[in-house]
Amino acid sequence: MPSLQSLRRKIAAFKNTQKITKAMKMVAAAKLKRSQDRILAARPYAHKMRGVLSNLSQRVNRSAHPLLQKREGKKVEVLVVTSDRGLCGGFNGNIVRRSTEFVRQCEARGVAVHLSIVGRKGRDYFRRRAWPIRQEWTGIFDKLSFEHAIDIGGDLTDHFIQGTFDELYVVYNEFKSAIQQRVIVEKLFPVDAASEFGVAPVEGAAGGGYLYEPGEAELLDVLVPKHFQVQTYRILLESAAAEHGARMAAMDGATRNAGQLIKKVTLYYNKTRQAAITKELMDIVGGAEALK
Amino acid sequence: MAGKFLLEVVTPEKLLLSQQVDEVIAPGLEGDFGVLSGHCHFLSMLRIGELRYRVGDQIDHMAVLWGYAEVTPTRVTVMAEIAEKAEDIDVERATAKVEEAERRLKQGGLPSDVKEAQISLEKARLRKKIAERARKVARA
Repeated sequence: MPSLQSLRRKIAAFKNTQKITKAMKMVAAAKLKRSQDRILAARPYAHKMRGVLSNLSQRVNRSAHPLLQKREGKKVEVLVVTSDRGLCGGFNGNIVRRSTEFVRQCEARGVAVHLSIVGRKGRDYFRRRAWPIRQEWTGIFDKLSFEHAIDIGGDLTDHFIQGTFDELYVVYNEFKSAIQQRVIVEKLFPVDAASEFGVAPVEGAAGGGYLYEPGEAELLDVLVPKHFQVQTYRILLESAAAEHGARMAAMDGATRNAGQLIKKVTLYYNKTRQAAITKELMDIVGGAEALK
Repeated sequence: MAGKFLLEVVTPEKLLLSQQVDEVIAPGLEGDFGVLSGHCHFLSMLRIGELRYRVGDQIDHMAVLWGYAEVTPTRVTVMAEIAEKAEDIDVERATAKVEEAERRLKQGGLPSDVKEAQISLEKARLRKKIAERARKVARA
């Protein structure tokens, strides 16, 4: 039987843990609010951009811009978006599992896969397993800005043009609601026609060309790289919001579990204490009887 | 008589406007262009300028600072870096910005600084112009 003192210590320890998880939950909730506002604000722009791009890709000659080219998918790159910090439930686990699955599928088709990774957690995981990591970005989620998207999007577009890979997929957590995330595998390169996005193709999409102002080439030069930056930004924001949501839920659960444990151990502690008192009383009574 | 069509204005920060309109006049890179319902497919870059849209007899104004416009027969989508509705612009702030930009321009300096100052002057003047007009209309 554990001593009363050790039980008291245990209770105190659980209480401390509970305080920490509670505080983390509060912090996550505050951060969630902010990142939620950001992603909800950024979505319409990103979706419109994607709509325009997929309309465009149906109309223009794909050789018109290097970023629109379709090559045979011999070399695939997977951008894995994880978080920098842990303690957020299944957030990173889900991403890592889905990525692994996806990479295995590609390899089964005889396609070489390389990874580029956002977030410390994903990097650590894949580095330990000695997977081929081409590029990594860590520590960006604390101060997430459009600059990061320009950085990452720029690197990816450069390597696509250079032919480092033919197709690019992104695995990330989509922010569905504060307590729900969904793991998404999305194809970024090459750009697909509208129907493959689940966006209705625009009326009369089959025929007639667009008018461009200024010329088609100039416009594509600006619009296409911009599109990838915007999409990258959206994905980073989705992931950030989802992370805070996941952490809030995880810490809420942890706080509740700690509460249950405290209740259980306190009950046991009181029982033990009572038993000790009863035993002591019996000893005294027994002693008194013996003296008679 | 052409019917109405949907005008949507989005910026990286938010969906600013989604409304059925009769006519849109937008500041294209190579000059303003007007759009009525049934316009052919058209994709244009936008410069710093004024976006006007008409619903019935009511004409509204909006400042647009760079961006793109996609026109289809039933829809106009404006993706702007920055866009502000006339009634949201703070006149005092816009005026102060104009003065600051003018001062910076006078100071001169590196060509890149001058260029930047010119751009911010252009932006500030546009904001001021649109905001002042919106005020006049509101008072009248």
